[in-house]
Formats: sequence, structure tokens, C-alpha cells
Amino acid sequence: MKKKEYAGNKSLRASKRRWSWLFMGPVTAAFAIGFVWPFIQGIYLSFCKFKLISDAKFIGFGNYIKALGDQSFRHSFWFSALFAIVSLVIINILAFTVAYLLTQGLKGSNIFRTVFFMPNLIGGIVLGYIWSMIFDGILSHFGTSILLDAKYGFWGLIILIAWQQIGYMMIIYIAGLQAVPEDMLEAARIDGATKMQTLFKVTIPNVMPSITICTFLSLTNGFKLFDQNLALTAGQPFTIMPDGSTVKQTEMLALNIYNTFYGQSGASQGVAQAKAVLFFILVAGLGLLQLGFTRQKEVQQ
Amino acid sequence: MKQNTLSAEKRRKTIMSVVLTIICIIYVLPVFSVVLNSFKLNTFVKTETFALPTEESFAGWSNFVKGMTFGNYPFINRLLYSVFITVVSTALIILFTSMAAWYIARVDSTFCRIIYYLCVFSMVVPFQMVMYTLSKTADKLHLNTPWTIPIVYLGFGAGLAIFMFVGFVKSIPLEIEEAAAIDGCGPIRTYFSVVFPMLRPTMISVGILEIMWVWNDYLLPVLVLDINKYRTIPIHIQYLKGSYGTVDLGATMALILLSIIPVIIFYLACQKYIIKGVAAGAVKG
Repeated sequence: MKKKEYAGNKSLRASKRRWSWLFMGPVTAAFAIGFVWPFIQGIYLSFCKFKLISDAKFIGFGNYIKALGDQSFRHSFWFSALFAIVSLVIINILAFTVAYLLTQGLKGSNIFRTVFFMPNLIGGIVLGYIWSMIFDGILSHFGTSILLDAKYGFWGLIILIAWQQIGYMMIIYIAGLQAVPEDMLEAARIDGATKMQTLFKVTIPNVMPSITICTFLSLTNGFKLFDQNLALTAGQPFTIMPDGSTVKQTEMLALNIYNTFYGQSGASQGVAQAKAVLFFILVAGLGLLQLGFTRQKEVQQ
Repeated sequence: MKQNTLSAEKRRKTIMSVVLTIICIIYVLPVFSVVLNSFKLNTFVKTETFALPTEESFAGWSNFVKGMTFGNYPFINRLLYSVFITVVSTALIILFTSMAAWYIARVDSTFCRIIYYLCVFSMVVPFQMVMYTLSKTADKLHLNTPWTIPIVYLGFGAGLAIFMFVGFVKSIPLEIEEAAAIDGCGPIRTYFSVVFPMLRPTMISVGILEIMWVWNDYLLPVLVLDINKYRTIPIHIQYLKGSYGTVDLGATMALILLSIIPVIIFYLACQKYIIKGVAAGAVKG
């Protein structure tokens, strides 16, 4: 019997294999064009000097040395890192609070949820222009603009991203909170735990998986931010450094890479591609770290 | 005693409701201010951003007319490109990645595994890593028109979709397909009349995620498309504001309003699916 089943499966597989070109073909071809080839070529070109891909010359680590020595790149890294951490803390605290309130059985919870999630559907470019109008509407009364001070730019971006992403993280937290076993909460209540004790000793340990997901999501989103950055400040204000180079004070990593590729002042594609590889290593590293965290938690449970 | 704690609980809930209502109002204010300012004359947008339009500042529909006829190609043209690219890309992704995912989950050959792990890997690669080489490749293969860009979206967006579909196919018991095979269905019939309908929940989630991504995407189309000929809505808005020294803020707000109305209608109509789909896609990171 067992043998027959195995044989049946095998012939099923064989009949599927005849059609592999149909099932796998389109995706494999598109994936090769849209990801695999550009990725491999990107890695290779980061070691080359080139203006056009056709005349790329291999130069070893030169682009990486230039990228790491580039003040504007280092500045954008620290700006992005600070942004990612501040936005992570603000978004997660607020999203968790809202999710907690919305799982208390209040009337109208659904309407609140709908409203808080809405900004997620609006694209980054549009969001940037909406908020630039709002910030300048406020700041113009004080005779200034969001483009004139890096501090305004930074907090402007934080407010924008919080407005956009709190609803998203809230959805993940609500799912986590709804999965907390009711009998655990009941037991805590019977044992006379206060609301605060229940929250910190029962609820939060139980939603740790959601907290891990949201923490890493907001961290990588912070590092990867592009559209909003371009639309809200485009890196302004600029500072001219003593060596003649320009540091754009509110420019984040992704925008810095974009400007190095396509900027008007002596575009240097090789250096830009090296920056892009470093950026990829950073983002992928965060992804691996998240995987490690999640695995560890699973083992403990 | 019990009565007391009950009323205290009630009071607490009322306070929470009030707090949430206030946050809610603050939350919709930015969208509301877009509506307000789209009816204001340009010079008043900056100085009276939060005031209702007065007789002096009221612009009527002129901002909308200006915004919709701006540039060489009117807004309706960009809207159609955006709709076409979004719909076709999403349809291609759903059809082809679900087929591939079924094959990967059921056949499990070395080649399938390589493709699967590459897909998972592609989810952690930021777009900046491939943007330059991808746009050059797309140029060379003449994928730089709205009619062909969905192929680029299929390629770059395959990762998440394959990952989600494979996970779902693995949870479907094999017996159903075996029964179909015994009844004489070949792989194609088995897939399209037995498996495909069962994939519906994941299709909706993947579809929602792809629609939201493609509709709002700015960087991929701006690099891949020939933007002198073809622009999507985000590109149109960026260039409306980006390229001119003096910007007509009133017209910009009118266009922004026009571009978010379809999104909000879509959201209110499929809210349940959208929230579920987004939660399912949260694994992406």
C-alpha cells in the first residue's frame, strides 16, 4: 500500500514536471530580469569605475574607500540611524498604547481603527507634500520654513512617519493582544493584580513576538525611508564643507545613494553602487538579527 | 460596592473614548486641510493654511482645472497609466507567482528550492541596491513603457508573493489534488479548477499588498519609465512641485486630493481585506 502511494506521487510529480516551463517559466524569467541579474551586476559594478555599464573597469575596493570617506554619506548614516531609533521608540509606544485602548471593548473601536490605519494607504510622495504644507503653514507665522533648519526637518519627518505608521503597527499589536489567553488575564484578576501589574507581568510578555516584529519593522522602515524624505525636505538645508563638498543636512541613506547616482555634480555611479551595497548589507543584517531574535524566542517558548 | 466599581469602570471607559476621539480628529486634520486648501487661491495657502476659505481666498474649482490640465499631458492621462500599471502588475503577480508557488510546494526539486530561497532573500534587499542596474536592464529590454513595466514589477515583487503563496499551498492537503488526478485531471486542470479557487484568501492579501505598493510607488517607475512620455500620479505630483521655482500650492493640493480620493474609496470598500492583507504581509520587514 505504502509503496503504491509513493509510486502514485511520483507519477503525479512526473506529470507536473512536463509543465514546469508553464508554471515556473514566467516568474523565473521576470525574476531574473527584475532581481537576480540586476543584483549580481550591482555587486560587480560596485568594484568598477564606470560612467556607462559597457565601459566598466575593475578597480577593486576603491569605490568602497571613497564611499566610506564621503562626509555626506557618513552624515546621512548617522541622521538615518538617529531617525530610525527615535521613530522606533515613538511609533511603538504610541501604537501599543492605542492598540491596548482599542482592545478594551470600547464603543466605536472599529471607527478608531479605520481612521488610524488610513494614512498607510497614502503614498510617500503625497504624504510629504501634505505635511510640508502643514509645517510651512505653521512655521511661516514665525518667519521660517521646514527647509531652513535641520531640526525642523528631523522632527517633521518623525511626525510624518509616526502619523503614517502608528496605524500599521497598531494592527499588528491588536492581533497580538487579542491572542493573549483570556484565562491568564482572568487568573491575574482573581489574584488581585492591579491593571498595571496585569499589563506589565501578563500582557506584555505575551505580546513579545509582536513587539519584536514591530521593532524591526520600524527600524528597517526608518533606514529605508526615501519618498517622504524626498518630498518633505529633499535634504535641505545644505552646508558647504571646507573641502568644497556639500552635506545635505536632512538627507537620509536612500536619498544620499540616489543623489550620488543621479546628482548633477559629477555623478559617480561606482561610488553610488558601493554605497548601495553597504546599505544592502546594513538592511539585510537587521533582517538576520530579527530572524535570530524570533528563533530564540521560539526556542524559549 | 460593586455598583461603585462598575461606575468607576464606566467613567474610565468614557475618558478613554474621549481621548481617542480627540486623537482621531487630530488624525484626520491633515487630510481635511488638503480639502480646505484645494479650494484656496495659491497665495493664501501658506498664510492661512488652517482657516476656512473666505470670500477673498476662495478659488472655486480653478485649482482643479489648473492641476488637471498642467503640463503636456493632462492629469487624466496619468491617472490611466497609474490604473493600468497597477491593475496589470497585480494581475500578473497573482497569476504567475501562485502558479510557481504551487509548483515549488508540490514538486520540490533543487531548482525550485533555489528559486524559493532567492525569493526569500530578495525580500531583505532594499530597492536602492538594484535600482541602477535594474533601470538599465529594463531600458535595454525595452521594458520602459507602461505596457511592459508590469514585467519589471512581477520580477521585483515576486519574492513576497511567492513566499506567501508557498506558505499557504503547503497547508492545503495533498489528497484533494490526488483525487483530481485519479479522476483524470492533468496538472493544468488540477491547478486551475481545483487549487486556484482555494488560494483565494492569500490572493486577496497579496493583491492588496501589491496594489498599495504599485499605486504609490515613485522610484521604480521614475527610473524605469521614459518620463518625458509617461508619468504616473506620484511622478506627476513630484514634478509639479519639484521642478518649478514658484509652486502653485493650491493646484498641488487639488491634485493630491484627486489622487487620494480613489485610495480612500478603495479603503472604505475593502477595509476588512486590506487590514488582514497588511497584517499577513508584516512578515516582510
